[in-house]
Amino acid sequence: MLELKAHKALVVKFQSLFALLLLIVILSIFAENFFSKNTFWLVLTQVSINMCLSVGMTLVILTGGIDLSVGSVLALSGVIMAGLLKNGLEIPSLNIFISFSLFGAILAGLIVGSFLGFFNGLMITRFRIPPFVATLAMLTIARGLTELWTGGAAITGLGKTFGYLGTGRLLGVPVQVWLCAAIVLIFVIVLRKTRFGRYIYAVGGNEKAARLSGLNVNRIKLLVYTLAGALAAVGGLIVTSKLNSATPSAGDGYELDSIAAVVIGGTSLNGGKGSVLGTILGVLIIGVLNSGLNILEVPAFWQKLVKGFVILVAVAIDKLNTDK
Amino acid sequence: MTQTQNDNIVLKATGISKTFGGIKALDGVNLEIHAGKVNAIVGENGAGKSTLMKILAGIYQGYEGRIFLDGQPADFANPKEAQDNGIAIIHQELNLIPYLSVAENVFLGREFINRFGLISYRRMHRETKKLLDRLDLHISPRAKVSELRIGQQQIVEIAHVLSLNARIVIMDEPTSAISEHEIEVLFDLIRSLKAQGVAIVYITHKLDELFQIADTVTVLRDGKYVGSGLVEELSHDDIVRMMVGRNIKDFFVKSDTVKSGEVLSVRDLCLAHPERPGDYIVKHVDFKVQAGEVLGMFGLMGAGRTELLETIFGLHPKASSGSIFINGQSARINSPNDAIDSGIGFITEDRKQEGLVLQMSVASSISLASLKQTERFGFLSDRLETRLARGYVDRLKIKTPSIRQIVENLSGGNQQKVVIAKWLATDPRILLLDEPTRGIDINAKNEIYRLISELAQKGLAIVMVSSELPEIMAIADRIIVLSEGKRTAEFARSQFTEEAIVKAAIPKSLKLQTLQKTKDQKCSN
Ligand SMILES: Nc1ncnc2c1ncn2[C@@H]1O[C@H](COP(=O)(O)OP(=O)(O)OP(=O)(O)O)[C@@H](O)[C@H]1O
Ligand SMILES: [Mg+2]
Repeated sequence: MLELKAHKALVVKFQSLFALLLLIVILSIFAENFFSKNTFWLVLTQVSINMCLSVGMTLVILTGGIDLSVGSVLALSGVIMAGLLKNGLEIPSLNIFISFSLFGAILAGLIVGSFLGFFNGLMITRFRIPPFVATLAMLTIARGLTELWTGGAAITGLGKTFGYLGTGRLLGVPVQVWLCAAIVLIFVIVLRKTRFGRYIYAVGGNEKAARLSGLNVNRIKLLVYTLAGALAAVGGLIVTSKLNSATPSAGDGYELDSIAAVVIGGTSLNGGKGSVLGTILGVLIIGVLNSGLNILEVPAFWQKLVKGFVILVAVAIDKLNTDK
Repeated sequence: MTQTQNDNIVLKATGISKTFGGIKALDGVNLEIHAGKVNAIVGENGAGKSTLMKILAGIYQGYEGRIFLDGQPADFANPKEAQDNGIAIIHQELNLIPYLSVAENVFLGREFINRFGLISYRRMHRETKKLLDRLDLHISPRAKVSELRIGQQQIVEIAHVLSLNARIVIMDEPTSAISEHEIEVLFDLIRSLKAQGVAIVYITHKLDELFQIADTVTVLRDGKYVGSGLVEELSHDDIVRMMVGRNIKDFFVKSDTVKSGEVLSVRDLCLAHPERPGDYIVKHVDFKVQAGEVLGMFGLMGAGRTELLETIFGLHPKASSGSIFINGQSARINSPNDAIDSGIGFITEDRKQEGLVLQMSVASSISLASLKQTERFGFLSDRLETRLARGYVDRLKIKTPSIRQIVENLSGGNQQKVVIAKWLATDPRILLLDEPTRGIDINAKNEIYRLISELAQKGLAIVMVSSELPEIMAIADRIIVLSEGKRTAEFARSQFTEEAIVKAAIPKSLKLQTLQKTKDQKCSN
């Protein structure tokens, strides 16, 4: 045990891995159909959205912040992509009409998501609004904009090409899984192998010391929130493409699942400690649990209860292991 | 070494060992603590002093060995239990809650409750005021701890411990951050606690203090018990020999270096007071430093020395005025980043709050301010970082099991060395040092002096703030004195006398009250 303590981080990582495996074993025993190729792909496609959000959330939480707006930003980016693709952009007062190609619409959605994240960052760094408050406001603002843009109705019928991302496969693997894997890979590298990544840890660990070491703390935070917004928009892209329609209520409450995943993955809410790899395990644990409980036909209310306790247990074990 | 014999032993520890992740921090240490005595513990950085104290105070469990309190076996499961048994500790690294007030910190967990079950702030403030008065610290009990200077925070910690009415008071380097005057006040307090029969455990790196205040001394080296004895029977050299295991040369004196041209010139620097409009913390300060020169900056606490360095380093761009020239060119420094780009390094006073990201490894901490040099094709290279960190660990003799160790787990002195390494890694031309030897053992101190001298030799311009007069007189080529934000005097090496320097440092207001009227040094503006 003593030797293990020297590699705390490793133990924590293995601990979530162990929890995930345990969960899979238990579910395989109780639910006959659980351990199958089908479930495997099902889980992976189901977690893809939360994976995007949680990677962004990990960056934010590592700086010691939080982003409550990701669910709403996801929705707004989604409806913007759908709206532009289907109806184009019409500004009657100026007599302007622009129609959008598939890529144009997607790009516009990603830009909107990034901008909302940037706006969060601006409020937090320039006006010193606490992240919790700034992003809580954005949660409402973005949801409001979503409803304004759609008039409250879903935008449907987006065409086959658009749906490819959410439903198609490439070399036997769902396209969305490829996308997530790429995102995860990029951010694992960013955090471990780039200055920006290292600076994120420093800012979250001790902001004052980071500033005194010459780090541009505001710029780092701004970039982190912008990335969180962009990743939420990618989530919006996946949802919209999957359903081939964009609903204004999409992503409602997703921020909580992604915070849960990050925390289960061992990232400290105080900032400065954690990893994307941990978050992946967190996302998978929640995903496996969700599908498992569904297969077992556990009623929705009970599912919530179980999920809540899993979060508590995961974090408690983590704390017990790291404090002593 | 003869064991001191005394029957009023309140606490006795035998064969204490403690291991952290396979590394032995303590190895069979013995300790006796006598009531009504000041029991000093000395040893180099990383010798295990703080670890031993944390065991006595119930902070660490899972050690080997036995502790007897009043002859009865004792084993504290948590700090509260130790406190209930009359053991209180002033930590080396401050442990106050920054956003609570002084009074709230002093009485944390033991708030006075009025008959409605609410906190009685009036009583708490009154009691706190009494304690602060006893310590001669004139701040409001309502002040937020985060607004206090580190020395003041240290005194608030002392007030906290005083309020516990403990039988055994452990002080882990209480004087490392406070001024001469405050040290005097603390010593008076220690004497009065002693007279009341309180046992004091006193850790320090300032060996002179032993002869002023301590009765017994216990020496640790590399986690092992070396010996103990009565202070009156030991000489300074005896103690050093026990600590280091060999004789070491006397106090360092800087050799002369070649000065080659002015590198830093500060003109008419002012810094506005953050709360009192119209008032200034730094008032029209001018000075110059040449390459190869060590400029000492002396002053009492609150003289504005730290703020002056902070201003040069770009931490107060909005509140400050004046101009800074580097190599004769006017430099615009609006952020630490600008300062680093201009070749300035700043070793801050408070390593825990300002110097280090405690959860980072030794290697990451050393590379943090100069991460670019460990980059290869846009990505961080472990190999380059390791090489950089290894180099400084060797050069500064940083005691750590590995460069991947978390800095939080290093002893205080070794943490300080990591901060120094971080700044040396930026390859600065100008180095600002704020109390760089705070909490560092004599051996390491000498190493740091030698290092400063070496850096000067290499052509760095060095500005060093220190409250320790012998230190600053040994190492500086020139000393300027600040008092109440003003430059009150400047001395060349040949003019250094303790008396003159101290006289220039005492604020005018105090001088009028307590000293005979003396002619003020002319202010530079
Ligand atoms: N929590 C910890 N985890 C791992 N190692 C530790 C921990 N605390 C202390 N150590 C190690 O134990 C040794 C003793 O440390 P300690 O802080 O007791 O030294 P010290 O004598 O108080 O030194 P200083 O004079 O620098 O304060 C050091 O080598 C330190 O790195
Ligand atoms: Mg110590």
